[in-house]
Parts: sequence; C-alpha cells; structure tokens
Amino acid sequence: MTVFIIRRLSQSLLVLFLTSIIVFAGIYAIGNPIDILIAGDATPAEREQAIRALGLDRSLIEQYGTFVWNALHGDLGRSFVFNQPSIDLIFNRMPATLELAFVALALSLILGIPLGLWAGLKPGTALDETVMTGSILGFSLPNFWQGMMLIMIFSVWLGWLPSTGRGEVGSVLGIHTSLATWSGLTHLILPAVNLALFNISLVIRLTRSGVRETMPLDFVKFARAKGLSERRIVSVHVLKNILIPIVTVVGVEFGSLVAFAIVTETIFAWPGMGKLLIDSIMRLDRPVVVAYLLVVVTLFIVINFVVDLLYSLLDPRIRLGSAS
Amino acid sequence: MSNPTLVVENLQTHFPTEKGIVKAVDGVSFEVGRGEVLGLVGESGSGKSITGFSILGLVDPPGKVVGGRILFQGRDLVGLPPHEMRKLRGHKIAMIFQDPMMTLNPVLSIGTQMVETVLAHENVSVKEARARARDTLGMVGIPSPEERLSAYPHQFSGGMRQRVAIAIALLHRPDLIIADEPTTALDVTIQSQILAQIQALSRDLGMALVWISHDLGVVAGLAHRIAVMYAGRVVESGPTDHVLDYPVHPYTIGLLQSVAANAPRGAPLRAIPGMAPSPLNRPSGCAFRTRCSFATPICENEPPLDDAGSMAWRCFHPQARRVA
Repeated sequence: MTVFIIRRLSQSLLVLFLTSIIVFAGIYAIGNPIDILIAGDATPAEREQAIRALGLDRSLIEQYGTFVWNALHGDLGRSFVFNQPSIDLIFNRMPATLELAFVALALSLILGIPLGLWAGLKPGTALDETVMTGSILGFSLPNFWQGMMLIMIFSVWLGWLPSTGRGEVGSVLGIHTSLATWSGLTHLILPAVNLALFNISLVIRLTRSGVRETMPLDFVKFARAKGLSERRIVSVHVLKNILIPIVTVVGVEFGSLVAFAIVTETIFAWPGMGKLLIDSIMRLDRPVVVAYLLVVVTLFIVINFVVDLLYSLLDPRIRLGSAS
Repeated sequence: MSNPTLVVENLQTHFPTEKGIVKAVDGVSFEVGRGEVLGLVGESGSGKSITGFSILGLVDPPGKVVGGRILFQGRDLVGLPPHEMRKLRGHKIAMIFQDPMMTLNPVLSIGTQMVETVLAHENVSVKEARARARDTLGMVGIPSPEERLSAYPHQFSGGMRQRVAIAIALLHRPDLIIADEPTTALDVTIQSQILAQIQALSRDLGMALVWISHDLGVVAGLAHRIAVMYAGRVVESGPTDHVLDYPVHPYTIGLLQSVAANAPRGAPLRAIPGMAPSPLNRPSGCAFRTRCSFATPICENEPPLDDAGSMAWRCFHPQARRVA
C-alpha cells in the first residue's frame, strides 16, 4: 500500500509539472494581456512600466522559471486584474462550485440508481422504455439548451424558482452553504438539475446494463435458492456488484462536474470557479488561468485516488489480492 | 415407500419462444423418500436441470410449470404463492449448483452469505447465526471455519467453494436437497471426497436427495434409485443395481455402452448414433425412435408406462439384458 501511494504521488507530481508547462505555454500563445489591462490613452512610458511590473518583458522560459520557483514556495502568482493572489480568488469561488457539483452528483446517484434498477429489472416494459428514452434526451440535448429550457419552464412560465444567482448562504457546522437557507436552496435547484441531467442519464444506463448483466448470473439464482427476499437480492447481491463500474465513471464525472460547471454557471450566473475562469480568459489574466487549471488537475488526481480506494472497499478481490 | 418426501407427477415445464413452445420437461414423474438418493440421469438438454429448478420454483421466465404436481411432504408446490415458496427455499428445500466458481457472490464474505441465509428463515441474533454458520462449515470439512467466515469466495479453491455451497444448503437441515451436477466441475479426487461427504450427510440427517447428473459412474456409487431422462421425459426408472445391470430401455442401454469403463480395452466405444432431437422438433411418439436400433412403426405412438416390480419404463420394445 505504501509503495502504491508513493508511486501514485510521484506520478501526480509529474502530471502537475507537465500540465503547468502546457498551460503556461498555451496561455502565453493566446495574446498579450497588456493591451487589455492598461487604458487606451496610456503613454508609451506607462505601458512600458506596466509591462515591466507584470514581468511580461522577460522571455517565456524566464517567466516560467519564475513561476515554478514561486509555485514551489506556495505562490501561484497574483491576478493581473484584481491584484490578489490568484489562488485566493479561486478558493473564494470554489465552495460555490463544489456545492453545485456535490448536489448534482447526489442527484445523479439518488435518481439514477433507482431508475436504472427499476428499468433493468423490468426490461422491455413501458416503464423501461420511458426511462431509457428520457436518458437519451438527457444525453443528447445540449447542456446549455437544457439550462435555458429549465429557466423558461420553471422561472418564466411557472415562476416557481429563481433563475440567477446563489441566494442567501447560511452556515451549517461551520460550512457556508446554500443548503442552509430556503432562498439558497431554491436558487440551487435549477443549476444543480441542469448540471446533473447528463450524469443522471449516465448512471441510469450504467445501472440498467449492470442489472441486466448480473441478474442471470448463477449467484443470483443461488441467492434465490437460499430463500432470500427479492429486495435483499437486488439491494445487496446485485447492487454491490454493479457499484464498481458506477463508482469509476461517477468518480471521473465528478471531476468533470467541477471543472466544466462553466456552462451551467454562466447560464445561471452562479458565482463559481467556472465563471471566474471564463472572465479570466477574456481578460487574459494569466496567473488565474494557470492556477485554476492546476487546481483542477490536482482535483482530478485526488478524485482518481479516492476512486481507487473505493474500489478496494467494494471489491475484495482487489483488496486482498488473488486467490491464496 | 409409505410417505415419500417428494412426489413429482407428470411435471410439464414449457418455454414459449418465438419459434414455438419448447417442452423442456414434458411429463416427468418420480418420487424420493427420507434418507434416499435418487439419481436423475440424462444428456445435456434432456430437461433434468429444468426439472430441478421447477421443484424450487426457480425456472427462468418465460419458462413456466404448465402441468403436473410437485408434492413436497404432501403439499403441492405448483401454483404456491411466491412468498410461500420463498419460505420453503433454502429452509426445507435446498439446492446445490453445478459450478462452484459461479454460485457464491464474489463481493460478499462467506460469513455474510451464510448468516443472511440463516436470518432469511429464522428469527435469531446475528451472533447465533454466525455460530451456526461456523459449525456447518466445520461439518462439511472446512478447516478453521471461524477464520474462513470472514474470507471471500476468491480465496477458496473450487472444491472448497462447493463445500461452502453445500454448507449453505445444509444450514437449515432441509428435508430435500436438489443437487445439480455439483461435482462435475471438480477434480476426480475432490469429487469423490465430496460425494462421500454428501452421502454420509444425507444418511445421517435423513434428507431426501435428488442428484442430477450426466455421469452414470457417479450416480452408480451414490444413488439408491435411478431415473433416466430423455427429451423431457423419464424413460426408465428403478433401483440403481437393476437399471445398471439389466436396463430395459434402449436409450439406457446406449448410455451404458458409451461409458468407456464398460467397454473391453481396445474395442471401439459404442456411441449412440445421431443427436438428441431439438426440443422444438421432437419426433412424435417415442422421442428416441429416430436413434433407436429397435424402432418399429409402432414407436410412432406414445409408449405407455409399463412396470415390473420396482422397474418402470416407456418403451414398446423393452430389452432387459445385461450390459457389460
């Protein structure tokens, strides 16, 4: 296990290093931020001074070297626009995005697994067809369009839910969350559903195919022969077997939820990291973009690690090695 | 037999398919009493496994028992409501499956799979259930049963897994055990150990045992009585010695002649010509007539059930000659 963790850590560091090079070079290629940052009527001297102050007069290699040196000392640079440490900007916005992603993840599991089980246990019935058709829609309709439709139906026509912003944020056990207040909750519903729709469909399909593959297996029949109730067979014997692929996919998807909540955050004006990224790219705020991408890569690495740990928890064949 | 544990009368289990009705079991009758072992013998596709599953009410849809009676301790199991049937399964009637690598759930510990079986039928504490599981594992010859309870199936060899499956079947000291070729997948040495153990257990515990097998050698050493199945029917039944030494039905004779051990060394093995008929397209009358060297035009009629003493058969040309 120790060897595994050490190997994992060194791999992760390598990935982070490579990502930082790619991101740094990429953002350098996009354009010179100085044209956006300084006022149009600035004198050449002011312009020159700003370039020097931001370190943009040095070569790419030099700039990268400085960045790495500072990063190793825990400093990912200051935002050109806000003149704040970029990592602080990201961490300020992160809770809103994490909250959105967690609620979306919870929704996709809470709705996806039972619907998938239901459809998988009664293949070919009207119910199965309905759930499957719904999941195709969830898969194939573009996310931004789904978001606009949600706003149109629930905010504009029905007037049930607010369409923009985060609402009031309360505090539960020291954690600031929208879930603590009614206003926060109502603001959260539409963006969370929008973000979750794709994943609900994915979980439904994974669960359904897992059930259909597992139900005909001998151990299910043997469980029946033991006189177990159908409820126990499905909720313990079948579910524990199909959770392994579900955990894999959902784990990876959670990273995507956090990283690519951008569309949803833009539609619903949700003050999260995604919106910060878009704004920063528009303003060529290099330090924030670089820091954001490194944070997201770290997040993916952590999630993959957690998924691996969950595997061994779910599957004794991984936990205990092969037959003794 | 004054009060047989199980009486199967004219059992019919059919599978409606797009191409027609597959009559997997089409008029099977036999009975088995306390402490008695019945060998149900036949080729693959003769309907012997489906007969076993019919008794437990575990025929996979769209298959269905469409006729006949299954009297277990005088009570007809055909048409019994599912919850009543569930109470009997694993409690009064247990089943052991063919492939021990497939019958245990790979992600649940042996202890969990045994304890749940106890709790499905008896209102005892988990601790008591665990103690019972441990004792039963010891009874089937698993060393250090206490530790093995927390092990997982992949940590056992095939033979050990089959012992675990047998222990699960024995947890409630059932009155009837259906064993569906439980030793076919095992090494010969393990096979004989398990056979000896099952024989002793069924005698000591006074259980009725239906042993389904295609292997006449195994059945010869174990069963008190043999019922030979062909194309969904019992074509001959009687005491083991009688059936093996003086078979009446030409199919039984063919089956015995194709056992390698019965042929003189060097002499060509005598295989039954032709193939078992497709269950969708069985010959009318006696289903064996197309492969039978004794067949005459009369065989196109349904052969009636004849008997002499303890032997019974369905054939217009009974043979009764010694095979060796």
